[in-house]
Amino acid sequence: MPTSTKLYGTRLTALGIATAIVLTAAFTLAAFYAPIEADQGFSQKIFYVHVPLAIVTLGGFVFGGICAIQYLRSGDPRHDLRSYTAIHQSLIFCVGALLTGSLWAKAAWGHWWVWDEPTLVSFLIVFLLYATYQPLRFSIEDPEKQSRYAAVFAIVAGAFVPLNFMAVRLADPLIHPRVLNTSGGDLPGDMKLAFYTAIVGMTLLFITLYKVEMTGKHNRAQLKALRRKLTGDGPAIGGRSAAPRVQGS
Amino acid sequence: MSTATPPGTLAAARAVLSKELLLERRAPQTLVAMALFSTTAYVLFHFALRRDSVDGDLASGVLWVTLLLAALLGIGRLFVADRDEGGLDGFLLAPVDRTALLFAKAASLLVFLIALQVIAVPLFAILLLGPTPDAAGWLQLAGVLLLADIGIAVVGTLVAAIAVQTRARDLITSILALPLLVPVIIGAARASAPIFAAVGAAAPAGRWLAILALYDLVFALLAWALFDYLVED
Repeated sequence: MPTSTKLYGTRLTALGIATAIVLTAAFTLAAFYAPIEADQGFSQKIFYVHVPLAIVTLGGFVFGGICAIQYLRSGDPRHDLRSYTAIHQSLIFCVGALLTGSLWAKAAWGHWWVWDEPTLVSFLIVFLLYATYQPLRFSIEDPEKQSRYAAVFAIVAGAFVPLNFMAVRLADPLIHPRVLNTSGGDLPGDMKLAFYTAIVGMTLLFITLYKVEMTGKHNRAQLKALRRKLTGDGPAIGGRSAAPRVQGS
Repeated sequence: MSTATPPGTLAAARAVLSKELLLERRAPQTLVAMALFSTTAYVLFHFALRRDSVDGDLASGVLWVTLLLAALLGIGRLFVADRDEGGLDGFLLAPVDRTALLFAKAASLLVFLIALQVIAVPLFAILLLGPTPDAAGWLQLAGVLLLADIGIAVVGTLVAAIAVQTRARDLITSILALPLLVPVIIGAARASAPIFAAVGAAAPAGRWLAILALYDLVFALLAWALFDYLVED
């Protein structure tokens, strides 16, 4: 047995169950426990999906940037793989945040898109930037160079995010009441409980999906390595890929 | 016999910068293309907007979109000659700090941008801009332009160094540089809008200049920290 298999995928079931429980609890709390918001009515409930999605997205991008720094310092391809997976997945969460934001805008203000909601606009710009991560990786053939350049990108983009939020927030004076206040600072207590549970649940969801993705990648690499061992072929030369190569044992 | 000491970072940067400028003087390419592009863009805006003159926010937007897209042309070509003709390899063989290349390239892009604007901004005033700003207005505009140019030069150099190593160089340059430069456009366009106002022209608000300066600082430091990883081969 290759030793590296036992590290991956062992606690996935437990993690998955925990995620399901916390998310269910969060949405139950949001639907039945948290009060109906006075201005917006029931449609404000999307807040408990949208804002956690947005926060987890940003957290994922930051994590991807930190992994990229570690990659540049150590040259260890595992850090690159982490950075790649985190950014890739955050991009998907980012789309989720944009779609739920758009739905909320439609429900609350009657338009699918509102330019004077700075957080939403910032998210669109951040999405546009991170959407180039995949094409950038794909267009660099040499795997080592690909990892290095992707890491530089991840760090630059990580620094870009707060600057961009600042610039966009300054650009559009706030017209609407800020229910979107990300710190949840002015939320009443019973809303807070549902909101924080939703953040924990969404974070767990991100971690679970991240682990599933990492396990899948390792299993596939393992399988390839074993297959090569069986058939006695030399090291396989893969085609062009945007994903980092995973070391099979 | 004395052993030659390798040139310092600044001396190396100066040498590369003068090479860049000499190349452009001998066979003007980038600057001409950027200037022609800007002029064509004004013509396009005239027809697309159906306006003979613009002022305020609209003027600011037209000018900055034009300048940004023209800058993309310069960014796209920044490292191409070095890569194709082996200048990059030659630089890597030289016993100098790699940061010198960053300094030189960013400085040359900055010079190109300023040279472009010396042509393109007066042309904008003649072709499209409604009321021409007074001397103080021009001075304020020059300040905004300079702050924005530094940001574009730094980020542009970083993007160009990344994009030149990819297969889809042009595509990567545009899709990478445009989102990264959104804060520059926000700051620069908002800062110059009051200068172009038809009535009651005013000085740019300090916070936009602050945003531009902060952007310049953050990305200059980042570029300094990360550039070495982009030229190691």
